[in-house]
Amino acid sequence: MAGKPKLHYTRGRGKMESIRWLLAAAGVEFEEEFIETKEDLEKLRNDGSLLFQQVPMVEIDGMKMVQTRAILSYIAAKYNLYGKDLKERAWIDMYVEGTTDLMGMIMYLPFQPADTREKNLALMIERATTRYFPVYEKALKDHGHDYLVGNKLSWADIHLLEAILMAEECKPDILSAFPLLQAFKGRTSNIPTIKKFLQPGSQRKPPIDENFVAIVRKIFNI
Amino acid sequence: MSGKPRLTYCNGRGRMEPVRWLLAAAGVEFEENFLETREQYEKLIKDGVLMFQQVPLVEIDGMKMVQTRAILSYIAGKYNLYGKDLKERALIDMYVEGITDLMQMILMFPFSPPEAKEKNIDSIKERATNRYFPVFEKVLKQHGQDFLVGNKFSWADVQLIEAILAVEEKIPAVLSGFPQLQAFKIRMSNMPTIKKFLQPGSPRKPPPDECYVETVLKIFKK
Repeated sequence: MAGKPKLHYTRGRGKMESIRWLLAAAGVEFEEEFIETKEDLEKLRNDGSLLFQQVPMVEIDGMKMVQTRAILSYIAAKYNLYGKDLKERAWIDMYVEGTTDLMGMIMYLPFQPADTREKNLALMIERATTRYFPVYEKALKDHGHDYLVGNKLSWADIHLLEAILMAEECKPDILSAFPLLQAFKGRTSNIPTIKKFLQPGSQRKPPIDENFVAIVRKIFNI
Repeated sequence: MSGKPRLTYCNGRGRMEPVRWLLAAAGVEFEENFLETREQYEKLIKDGVLMFQQVPLVEIDGMKMVQTRAILSYIAGKYNLYGKDLKERALIDMYVEGITDLMQMILMFPFSPPEAKEKNIDSIKERATNRYFPVFEKVLKQHGQDFLVGNKFSWADVQLIEAILAVEEKIPAVLSGFPQLQAFKIRMSNMPTIKKFLQPGSPRKPPPDECYVETVLKIFKK
């Protein structure tokens, strides 16, 4: 059963969004089965489909893969988005861990009470502009290539674009001090598979709203 | 320049301990540079050696590697502890990610307030015995082999033995319902490189105590 990968998650971004991005950028069509209620999650758990009782879960190549990083690493390697050797993979891993930390700061904001959220939003903006974006700006400046690693599109580039767009949703001018990242954003958004993913009607999910926060809380009991 | 990997971190387990375990298990000698003061940390940042201003830092093969997962993946890849193909790597990644989630609870434990400590031990016990250990017990039972993946020693085995010992330090009888894991623990502990690491005088660090917590807060708290 070759089939398309099948994604199991809620109808929102969360931890699955990076996987949607990577598959889309790789030009891989995928199906989605949405968890709408607590019962849907319980059913997956009772069926023994979730190795650690958690989602994301992606059915791919005969495996029921869980753990976001494991899934992303597998997809990156399978579709040649993981560099040409161990050292390039090391650089891609380092860059991706950075953008993962940054997106992690944004992902949980809607679940926090208003006063904590405001403080953490300010912290995220500070981290984005003083800790994370300078690293990628410098990487691009130092080698002058279009892509972060090995002069070739990789998982690191796709993850960085996703992080940039998420950060811009919080603060539209967040890239104002980073000319190379602005150019990177323009270039990468125009890659045909990514351009398609950024258009309405794609499987990209919208930013979370209050109603969806309530649904997620109910499903996961948080 | 000795050519050995050089680890920069506090003189304690924290996020560097899995790296020490993996290098030791692979039979790789390494040097350590211990952070004792805030000034040392600030100097590292000023010198631009910490990509995201964070430790762990491992200088290896001409790279200044940061981000624990990136470091561990590189070491596993380099020393043939990452399976024989993409699918074995996927399994190793899934197992390692699950164990890392459990270890995260142990990592944060010393920093939790005194009144939360008992509840946190209960959470660790619950997760270990209901979510994580059953998975690995089942894996070992089903294939009947000595190692978790591909009938060969891998990063996943190292991560699991580290986690078992760490949880047992808090909950001594935690393996009582897991005969396969008990046998696994003995087998792993007797592998020559691991046996050496478990002996006094090795680079293995003791469980965190109040002094360690104080040092960490002094160096990193803003």
